Amino acid sequence: MTCDEAEVLLHALIDGELDAGHARDVETHIAGCQHCAAALSDYREMSKAVADADLHYKAPPELRQRIEAALPQPRAQVVQMPSRRSVLRGFAMGSAVSAIAATGLFAIVLRNDDMERIQSEVVSAHLRSLQAGHLTDVISTDQHTVKPWFNGKLDVSPPVIDLTTQGFTLIGGRLDYVDARPIGAVVYRRRQHVINLFVAQTASTERRAAKIETVQGFNIRHWSDHGLNYWAVSDLAKDELADFGDKFEAAMGSNTG
Amino acid sequence: MPVKASDDSPEKARRFREAALPYLDDAYTLARYLLRNAADAEDAVQECYLRAFKHFDSYRGPAMKPWLFAILRNVCRAEYARRATTPTSAIEDVPESAEQAPLWHETQETPEAQMLRRWDSDTIRRLVAALAEPFRETFVLREIQNLSYREIANVAEVPVGTVMSRLARARAMLRSAWMAEQEQVK
Repeated sequence: MTCDEAEVLLHALIDGELDAGHARDVETHIAGCQHCAAALSDYREMSKAVADADLHYKAPPELRQRIEAALPQPRAQVVQMPSRRSVLRGFAMGSAVSAIAATGLFAIVLRNDDMERIQSEVVSAHLRSLQAGHLTDVISTDQHTVKPWFNGKLDVSPPVIDLTTQGFTLIGGRLDYVDARPIGAVVYRRRQHVINLFVAQTASTERRAAKIETVQGFNIRHWSDHGLNYWAVSDLAKDELADFGDKFEAAMGSNTG
Repeated sequence: MPVKASDDSPEKARRFREAALPYLDDAYTLARYLLRNAADAEDAVQECYLRAFKHFDSYRGPAMKPWLFAILRNVCRAEYARRATTPTSAIEDVPESAEQAPLWHETQETPEAQMLRRWDSDTIRRLVAALAEPFRETFVLREIQNLSYREIANVAEVPVGTVMSRLARARAMLRSAWMAEQEQVK
């Protein structure tokens, strides 16, 4: 192991995040390297000093009162306290998906599953769409309005299918960011639940059967077909989301076939 | 077209209070380090709690603290964006303790006592506040909020490898700053 590698991994060692094999490798390196041994000792001392010093701030009582006042009270009427600065509501950072890359050296150790990361970004995009009051860029229940809206905004043309008669109301489309790239989102509603259907290009044209997973409490139905990747995200129950996906795919089949 | 909270009942509010309010100090602490300004931190935390309450119906995990932090971080990023577009408004970018605290103390203490003094809360806060944004965020989530690498990765929306590299950079920068301070004392 080189010093460059050890200098990063010794932090994971201090934090107890390293698997046994790598922990042994780092310890072996440190046993034979004064430079890294000194660093480890300094960092341990620093972590301890930081833990011992009280670095927490205490929330001011007025803040607690303001939050309390904004929540529905046990008996009193609901008091909606507006936030002092409404601009904080606006999501200027639509692409909060930070693209600051790791410096490369360290990808070797804890290599992240790309799919897992993208799923988590898809869920974040779903959450942002709900939080921002920015669910749709184009609001229309008409698929012939929503589909052309995407033209020129993306390198793919997301299929837009009206499933209103089957219980899933098309409410519009939106441009979002996932994996640091623009992605199309077609938005449906079922009762008060929102479904974001994210559509992106994939290298493979092979059909991949649907899989449903739960990430951060949201269900994701992911499938690929005709060179497109689909992620349907919602807080709907799994069986209802599966139903949505099945109906979407069936409608796609009858459209193209 | 925001989703209307389906149930604003007192019962929901009671459950939310019990689940989320215990983390108010933690949330405020994170906002203070991210925004480096007390008034902005208060606004951000209030906005975070209102959003969290609105979406509490769909909350099914992860742990409450990282869930709140993820919302809070998004609120803070909107605040960064606001600052970026209004360069004329003076931004308090220095922790208030830095103004009063001298860089070092004139003392007749033993070197050991000076060593301890160097790591007092104000000094550490000042050094942490001086870190650049992504490093400060990672450091605070790990060292002050005790989140795991995986939780930090989720809150900051980056891969775990990025968390590791940022944390290594953050600690290396703090270590250099600390050594520089010691040089000044001598």
